[in-house]
Order: sequence, then C-alpha cells, then structure tokens
Amino acid sequence: MPTWEPSAQIADLRSRGSLLSEIRGFFEARGVLEVDTPILASHAITDPNIELFAVPTGDSERFLQSSPEYAMKRLLASGSGDIYQLGKVFRYGEHGKKHNPEFVMLEWYRVGWTHYQLIREVAELLTNHLPVSSWQVWPLAALFEHFLGLDPREASAEQLHDASITAGINFNGALEKLDYIDLLMTHIIEPQITDWGLVFVTDFLAEQSALSRVIDRMGMPVAARFEAYFQGVELANGYWEECCPVTLSERFNEDNKKRLARGQVLRVPDPQLLHALESGLPDCAGVALGFDRLLMLTLGRDRMSQVLPFDWMNA
Amino acid sequence: MPNFSTNEFKPGLKVMLDNEPCSILENEYVKPGKGQAFNRVKLRNLRSGRVLEKTFKSGDSLEGADVLDIDLEYSYTDGEFWYFMDPNTFEQHSADQAAISDAQKWLKEQERYEVTLFNGAPLVVTPPNFIELEITETDPGLKGDTAQGGSKPATLTTGAVVRVPLFLSEGEIIRIDTRSGEYVSRASKS
Repeated sequence: MPTWEPSAQIADLRSRGSLLSEIRGFFEARGVLEVDTPILASHAITDPNIELFAVPTGDSERFLQSSPEYAMKRLLASGSGDIYQLGKVFRYGEHGKKHNPEFVMLEWYRVGWTHYQLIREVAELLTNHLPVSSWQVWPLAALFEHFLGLDPREASAEQLHDASITAGINFNGALEKLDYIDLLMTHIIEPQITDWGLVFVTDFLAEQSALSRVIDRMGMPVAARFEAYFQGVELANGYWEECCPVTLSERFNEDNKKRLARGQVLRVPDPQLLHALESGLPDCAGVALGFDRLLMLTLGRDRMSQVLPFDWMNA
Repeated sequence: MPNFSTNEFKPGLKVMLDNEPCSILENEYVKPGKGQAFNRVKLRNLRSGRVLEKTFKSGDSLEGADVLDIDLEYSYTDGEFWYFMDPNTFEQHSADQAAISDAQKWLKEQERYEVTLFNGAPLVVTPPNFIELEITETDPGLKGDTAQGGSKPATLTTGAVVRVPLFLSEGEIIRIDTRSGEYVSRASKS
C-alpha cells in the first residue's frame, strides 16, 4: 500500500547523506573530478538486457540514462582526466528486493589504469564502509569449477542446462548459453558466496565483454572485466575499457541482432560516443557501483526500499 | 483466461502451470547488472497442496487459472460424490473423492466449507479451522480426573479419531482444530 511516509528510517537516511559526502571526500582526496552529465539524453544503450525509459520531448524521444558511461567517455576523450559521477540512473522494469527502477550509481574512470589497479581502489572504497577488511579475486572459470565442476568458457548451452538441473534449478524453458551463465550465477553461486566477504570476480567470457577489452588468459580470450560481490550481492561492475570504435560498433550490432531475435525494439548506437572514440579515448579503466546496495550492505538491511527516502511503490 | 506476465505475479494470483492450477506465494526478481533478468517464483499446486519453486525469464507469462473460492454448505453424500449448496443461490456443487480428500474427516451437515472451484467444479474443500463434533465411541470417562494429564482415543460422528482427555465420555460435543486434528476444548455437556 502506498503511503506518504518515507520507506527508510530517518536514522538510515542520515547514514545515506553521510555516505554520499564520504564518497565525495574519497574522490576529492584523490584528485578525481566530479562531473554531472545529462540524465535525459538522445540515445539509449544497445544492451539487450537493459531497457530504458523513453521520454517524449516534443520533436523526438529522449532516454533516461541507465549509466553515465557514454557521456563520461566523451569527457575522457576530450581530456578531462580522472572523473566520477554520483547520481541517479534509471532502468525500466528492474524492480524487486534489491532493485529499484530509479537508483543512485557511482561511476568513475581512471586514465592509464588497468582493471586490476581499479579493483584495488574499489576495494579501498568498499572496505572503508563494509564490515570487512580483506578481499579476494576469483576468475569466473575458477568459480564455476569450484561450485559446478565445469569451465563456462568451454561448456555448451546444453551442458550448462544439465548443470542447472543437477544443481536443482527448476527453470521454465530453454536459454542461450550466456543466459545459463547468469542463471547459475544468480541461483547457485551468489547464494554460496554470502560468507566469503568481499569477492571480485574477473575474466568473464569474451562474449560478456560489453564495453571492456578482450585480453588473452593463457591462450583463452577473456573479458577484462570485474564484478564486486559482498554477501553474495553484486555491488559493482568494472572494465578495462575497449577504446576501438570499430570493435564497439561490431558489438553494438551484435546487441541489435539479439534484440531483433528476441522481438525487442532496436537501438541506434550512439554516434556521439563513436565519434568520441574515433577522436581517441585514452587508455582507462572504469567502474559503476550501486550506491543504494552499498548502503544496504553497510547498514545490514536486506531490502533496497529500507534505504531509499521513497521507494518505487511510494515515489 | 488472460495471460499474466512475471511482473504481475503477485501473491494470491492463480495461474496454470503444466496444466495444473497454482497459486503464487512469492515472486523474487533477480538480475545481474549486465545480464538476463529472472523471476524466482514459489507456487502452491492447488490440487495437491504441494509448494514448488520455479524460475522464469522476466517477461514470460502464464495463463490465468479459472479458480474461485466460495463458501458452501455441506448437504450430504451418496458415497461417490459429496454435495454442497450455495446458501444464497441454492446452487448445488458435487465434489469428488480427490476434492474432499482430508476434509472428509471433518464433514458435518449444514456446516460452511470453503470450496475452491476450478473451471466451475470443486477442486479443494477446506474445512473451517475449528469444528464441533460429537464423540460416538470412547472408553468410559473418569469423573473427577480433570486436572491430570493423559489422553485416550475417541471416535467422532464423522469417523475421525482424535486424542481427548480422559474425563470425556460418549455423547459429548468437542471442539477440534481441523488444521492439526487436535482436541481444543469441550463444547457442551451431554
């Protein structure tokens, strides 16, 4: 039932305010510049797993951004140096215990860094707030080997399907390979790493590279990408950024092929991002971190609504 | 019946799953930031009462189940069917053995039962939480033994056997919790 009262306790909203200012302090001390790029922009991302809210603006529709990534990369290509943004982002239909369609994302970029250097900085930020002092790094393949006894890089969709049944997942229908990886990650692995403290998962499948570069790992191509988990909750997603506009253009086209196959609306790849990459994106690593989830885990809350002034149902 | 998408799966919604009518108990949305969204759903099979967990791709849908809960009065049985009447419309519904199931032990004429209709036919009959029934057979009561513990079996008019305190005797009416099948109290003196 909707109510006029806040979803969160006032004491938790004080913690929310403090965390926002502590994060700004963290970056100020490190000489990273705060930016506030547009939330309502002309293009939507092509990722078939992320849908945006389209807003009519008179002449054409615009999109509430799901991350400030594209605009921040345009700044990086213009010589901004290290930058961060702490602000609202939007994802259509993402509503649940740990999801709110409108949420606060902390995203930052470090010029000249690899994702390994960035993992250290993410860990420093997180251990400042979470009740944990150390952290561990697991390649995705090692995690799957440990819990499911298979190598996700080599496994077929059928093998992953069988593994999901053996693991006790009762799934309705058939999936593509990458979706099985997500199914196993969310249903089997995440619930089993809840007492592992702070965990960084790296070396995702090349097909999961999104906007990260693909690097060689002992003869196998892997995505130079990481995700941070605390108590089994995904907190951050980082890349050693792919700078080549041709490579990214190809990936955007692949995204649209998937969209077409799934009957989703196609998205025009953002030409301004591609122009920026053509003019030269400096080597950099970037990461997006869910602020509301960090606050939830810091305060020991298990629903996102408990840390929001007004959650989706009461907004 | 209309179809319902995963984002409409609210507790209490009745849907068809593998040709079985089910009631949604819980629906949890899970999604990796960059990955496929799923809904982990807990459902109760309304026919068997069993609870199962099923995962759906977000956006998938299920057909709604034509299921309705109504209060009906038990009339009689002919051995094959059990007949219930709607006290407002006097419409009669016949339930088979599968629908009666465990409720058979607690059937009393003119008592109201919650009957779940599936496609218009009784699927499940649920007795009231408490029901008063007469003891037809038990060992003689021990007068003045009300303080002490101990119990004995007693057969009721419906044929159900429950454990009752030693002081109760045949002809007495007792109150039973139908969910646990346990004696609650004496309803009246014979």
